[in-house]
Amino acid sequence: MARALAPSLLDLVGSTPLVELPRLSPKPGVRLYAKLEGQNPTGSIKDRVAKAMIESAEASGELEPGRRLIEPTSGNTGISLALVAKLRGYPLTCVLPASVTEERRRLLRLYGADIVDSPAEEGSNGAVRLALELAERDPALFMPFQYGNEANPRAHYEGTGAEIAEALDRVDVLVAGLGTGGTLMGAGERLREAFPNVVVVAAEPLPGDEVMGLRSLADGYVPPILDVSRLDRKLLVSNEEAVSGLRLLLEREGVFGGVSSGAVVHAARRVAEDLDEGVVVCVLADGGWKYLSAGFWDADDVEASMERSVWW
Amino acid sequence: MAAVRIPPTLRAEVGGARQLEAHGETVADVLEDLVSRHPALAPQLLDDGELAPFVNVFVDGEDIRTLDGTETPVRNGDNLILLPAMAGG
Repeated sequence: MARALAPSLLDLVGSTPLVELPRLSPKPGVRLYAKLEGQNPTGSIKDRVAKAMIESAEASGELEPGRRLIEPTSGNTGISLALVAKLRGYPLTCVLPASVTEERRRLLRLYGADIVDSPAEEGSNGAVRLALELAERDPALFMPFQYGNEANPRAHYEGTGAEIAEALDRVDVLVAGLGTGGTLMGAGERLREAFPNVVVVAAEPLPGDEVMGLRSLADGYVPPILDVSRLDRKLLVSNEEAVSGLRLLLEREGVFGGVSSGAVVHAARRVAEDLDEGVVVCVLADGGWKYLSAGFWDADDVEASMERSVWW
Repeated sequence: MAAVRIPPTLRAEVGGARQLEAHGETVADVLEDLVSRHPALAPQLLDDGELAPFVNVFVDGEDIRTLDGTETPVRNGDNLILLPAMAGG
């Protein structure tokens, strides 16, 4: 392999495999492919984003050596930042909803990050609110802020999207999970340049009632980097549908995906139903490992077993 | 007639209901019907008469902002879901 010897783990971020999923395509004329982002060094697509945000802040001089980082995250971005922070010498505080799986919390600690809990019932929006408050209060902190940092979509424009465009002669549909909007904006834009008619589809989680306890709808949060007008479709996927997608992925193709990967597969199959033929690319953000402690794998009522947690 | 799922944040405004029935041929009509019966919803859902930016409305699982906005047609038996915009990552 070309990259058998790497100077640093950070040199192994990106260039993930793209694999065909022939047993998951609902129609013979539709070819389904999966970009396996779980094969990044910490196991998720967020390695691309964390590396890009820190490199760009170092290059611009905003981030001085040894300065403490703070970031709101539902898990993956924090774990990726923890790796980059460790190798580049920054202490890191992650603001994490109290309602995430134990694996994410434990991984963050093992990588050396400090954790501040945000209220479980406010979901990820509560983590954003609290991190913004803490950063405002202490100017010594540096917040990469994946939700508003252009390095996030740029990492997907130059990486994820470019890699897909290079690997395939044709892409009709791109499906990715919606969290910050970084993958959809960046990879979507890059693929539109290569394939002007590509349909960019967001799979969006339907959160459980227990993690939607905002005081008012005005506490809703749209990441500054997300421009919904650049999406062609935005499909809501329930926790139960996401789990059925990840079971299909595992049972038919042997791909062990996380909850958002299941949602992406569900949305991709829904879109593929309307096509006679074409190429559909699914971006699978992480593997299933960080969700093994969750009760949904053998729950009778999947939805009830998931409503108290934030899944992506 | 459409079924409208009410998020936890708005249940106090509609007497605790998780789901309500509403009439209308477009999303705008359905929201108007809801607001006429539950006026406390208006300041949460609407901003200068338009759908507030932090409110997402889904018709059969698809965001109306990638369809025809509040002019998106609603068929008899459709399910509507109101949600606050939520981040992830």
